[in-house]
Amino acid sequence: MTRLAVILIAVVAALFVASLVTGYAIAGPIESLRALLVDTGNPLSVVMREIRLPRAILAALVGTSLGLSGAALQGYLRNPLAEPGLIGVSGSAALGAVLAIQTGLAASFALALPFSALGGAVVAVGLILALAGPRGGAITLILAGIAISALAGALTSLVLNLSPNPFAAADIVFWLMGSLADRSFAHVWLALPFMGVGWLMLAATARGLEALTLGEDGAEAMGISLARLRLLLVTGTAASVGAATSVAGAIGFVGLVVPHLLRPFVGARPGALLWASGLGGAAMVLAADIAVRVVLPDRDLKLGVLMALVGAPLFLHLIYKTRKETA
Amino acid sequence: MRLTKITALIAAAILGGAVHAAPPSRVVSINLCTDQLALMVAAPGQLISVSRLSHDPASSPMSAAARSVPANGSGAEEVYLLRPDLVLASSFTAPATLRMLRNLGIPVEVFAPANSLSDIAARITQMGKALEQPDTALERVADFRAALDALHTPVAHRPRAALYYVNSYTTGDNTLAGDILKAAGFDNVATEAGIGHGATLPLERLVMLAPDVVIRGRDYPGQSRAEDAFSHPALAGLTVKNALDVRDWTCGTPHVLDAIRALRDLREELAQ
Repeated sequence: MTRLAVILIAVVAALFVASLVTGYAIAGPIESLRALLVDTGNPLSVVMREIRLPRAILAALVGTSLGLSGAALQGYLRNPLAEPGLIGVSGSAALGAVLAIQTGLAASFALALPFSALGGAVVAVGLILALAGPRGGAITLILAGIAISALAGALTSLVLNLSPNPFAAADIVFWLMGSLADRSFAHVWLALPFMGVGWLMLAATARGLEALTLGEDGAEAMGISLARLRLLLVTGTAASVGAATSVAGAIGFVGLVVPHLLRPFVGARPGALLWASGLGGAAMVLAADIAVRVVLPDRDLKLGVLMALVGAPLFLHLIYKTRKETA
Repeated sequence: MRLTKITALIAAAILGGAVHAAPPSRVVSINLCTDQLALMVAAPGQLISVSRLSHDPASSPMSAAARSVPANGSGAEEVYLLRPDLVLASSFTAPATLRMLRNLGIPVEVFAPANSLSDIAARITQMGKALEQPDTALERVADFRAALDALHTPVAHRPRAALYYVNSYTTGDNTLAGDILKAAGFDNVATEAGIGHGATLPLERLVMLAPDVVIRGRDYPGQSRAEDAFSHPALAGLTVKNALDVRDWTCGTPHVLDAIRALRDLREELAQ
């Protein structure tokens, strides 16, 4: 267990440094890192400090939020198909963020952006849990998720198309696919407090999720309050996914792929899977964000595109497996 | 005497018509740029409709003149119902619309967008030919060339400038905007970055190029994330100027002269 933690932390650290030295400006890695630590007075220091550093930090934060929420949702619903992107939580958070920006609320009050995204996410998680029930039947979950994602995506497009700003329509791709291009420290400070609170809440669900593997009655017999567990899960997921989406757009599949890959290493214990998926999510988004800059450097490839290319085949595989199990 | 004159006129009209059809009298333009060219060249009453965008003062430098002509929404159905005998469109107009109009038997004249200042004269001439107003077109071309020559002054020091649009887009020397920048006495850093036409210039490359001035697009009402890069703290060390009146830059028309003048003023302001 501790070995897994050490390995994951090492991977995240290595990818973090790799992300810092990957970019469009041509400069050697050593030179870049020196410009980051010491203000050399040339433009490279500005690039490293104001563009690359917040980008790498955000990749790690967003990845942690998505991995952690995916693992928590899967643990609570006892269903490997639950994922904030797929069940419409990210999409609804994006709608909340877009509404805050387009109504001008975010311009007059910066915190309105993460708050509004959080509100969108709360509505989606609440709807999903109400529809799928505590047992989280696979079909109900996926169907409810499809409906919520589709509605949130359509409303996001509608709001942006109605904007008086001719460039707002170009933002649709960002909100539906996610990107970390040209984010600044302002975005880090905006999202970090919400993510932090969300992570703490999700971490607090660990014992409840472990107990829940014995079924609801078993968990209640162990003194777990299911109502409290659900509240922690809804608010924790909404806070972390809402904050992540409000600065990076909706990035799907992270919460699906990461817990799936790491589950065997933690003995399928949902509590332990939480922190492992948080670290794994950070590694995955850092890697994906490096890839979008290496594969198509001058095209501003969106993160969600890359994640879908990796995640969708796995998702289909999981559906196939679930179908065999229930058949 | 009067009768013979009328007869002669009728005869001339008939004979002339046999050799050469009368100029188009119900011309519909469905593109912001062809709207402007047509408004400059057409005889009174010849142009019966312009695109809706032309009525918007935020998009068209000729909105006042355009408002005297009814607007259309540029769709094939709507345009057909206006019974035009000539439709003016851009090569960027949706191909389905052009095909539909041609299938309905309406002549369509397509104008390629101008990629340089010299293209502008060619487009005015093309418009004169399409509307059969060659003399007016000739006059407009002469006026434009004279005004352009008058703006041409040798520049001792050419500042390095970057054109920066939303979504980190920039344009190089082989574009109309690049040509305008050159004519105003700037060197374009896009050339240093190997960009000749239009391409994404990531923010960090812009910072590394360290241009003397970043010329950005103007603010539109409402919000969009696409414009976020303009307020990125990494640009704090650079001079960012909001000197682009998009209306004067969008189309290859003599209005680009105003854009060149605005940039020339900016260059002089920077030199102080």
